[in-house]
Amino acid sequence: MSFLDGLLRLRRGPWEMLATILIALGVVMLMQPFLLWAYTWSFLVTLIGTVMFIIVSHFPE
Amino acid sequence: MANPIDIAAQATPPTIARKVRGLSDRAIAWIFVAPTIFLLLAINIFPLIWTIRLSFTNYAANKPNAEVKWVGLRNYERILTDEDIWSHMTTTAHFLIWTIFFQVLIGFTLAWLINRKFKGNDLLTTLIVLPMMLSPAVVGNFWTFLYQPQIGVVNYVVEFFTGIPAASFSMLGPGGLAPWSIVIVDTWMWTPFVMLICLAGLRSIPDYIYEAAEVDRASKWRQFWTITVPMVLPFLMLAVLFRGIENFKMFDMVNLLTGGGPGSETLLTSIDLKREAFEKWRTGYSSAYAIILFVTVFGLASIYVKALNKVKER
Repeated sequence: MSFLDGLLRLRRGPWEMLATILIALGVVMLMQPFLLWAYTWSFLVTLIGTVMFIIVSHFPE
Repeated sequence: MANPIDIAAQATPPTIARKVRGLSDRAIAWIFVAPTIFLLLAINIFPLIWTIRLSFTNYAANKPNAEVKWVGLRNYERILTDEDIWSHMTTTAHFLIWTIFFQVLIGFTLAWLINRKFKGNDLLTTLIVLPMMLSPAVVGNFWTFLYQPQIGVVNYVVEFFTGIPAASFSMLGPGGLAPWSIVIVDTWMWTPFVMLICLAGLRSIPDYIYEAAEVDRASKWRQFWTITVPMVLPFLMLAVLFRGIENFKMFDMVNLLTGGGPGSETLLTSIDLKREAFEKWRTGYSSAYAIILFVTVFGLASIYVKALNKVKER
């Protein structure tokens, strides 16, 4: 609940967590050997996570 | 006796002194910082922006006079739907996952053992750390000799323990052993690094926490899982991220050991990228390839910095 609350209030912690999850998910999608579509979309997911990380690191604590 | 600052001030030519006196502190700070910023822009930022621009074109560096066409996202589309590059990504993943697994397992165990006080502790630490100090080129070359089926030591050690004839297999040849051979060499070289970081984590745990646990009659096993592991975990995470980023970019050692072979069994993305850029001369295409790898490493580096800050806060 506090995680969603933090997202709505534009707090750094939860947003950084979300960006970290996206980056990690993108890296996993890039390197997994099972689904070609996951590999195809991996770059976009990592890029969104990375850009989000740069932006939300300027949010208040 | 005159103050050295006064002597230096008097030695400054009056014309320069007059000019400097007129500058604000902020302006002087900028004068000092400007060369660094200029170098950063020239060496890092400009090539990055130029690579991003090239990734949207069909530019080939070996044909400087050829017409350069804007191809939009076609390079990215081709890379991200290419099954060969996908297979190189999974080869890189195999290398990454197993090296990190073994390095963490062996590194943490060594750190835990070395953290105990015994005679020759410092000498042993120095000896263990030695492989990390060698050049990857040297490591690649001498492991090539160690892996030789006829004269290499590795095959004879395997024969001694398993009875499999030394000349019947090749660690770097066909047969599926090559991906494991590069994992062994990287683990040998970089486990000491993980060990040092874990050792720093173990030595940062105050003794009174263990003493309090002893008073509460906590067993050694429980102390390990409830005190040692949680307190070393941020350090371990740091080591994992650092090795992950480094191994994602791995080139030199693997290129010297196997050159990506046999076939493409050990063809990591960095070696493939080098071939695309400087053997096939597909500069636009390889720029897009490089940007994909860059964004991945940059993303991982962001997490790394966050983890580092958490360790600092402790």
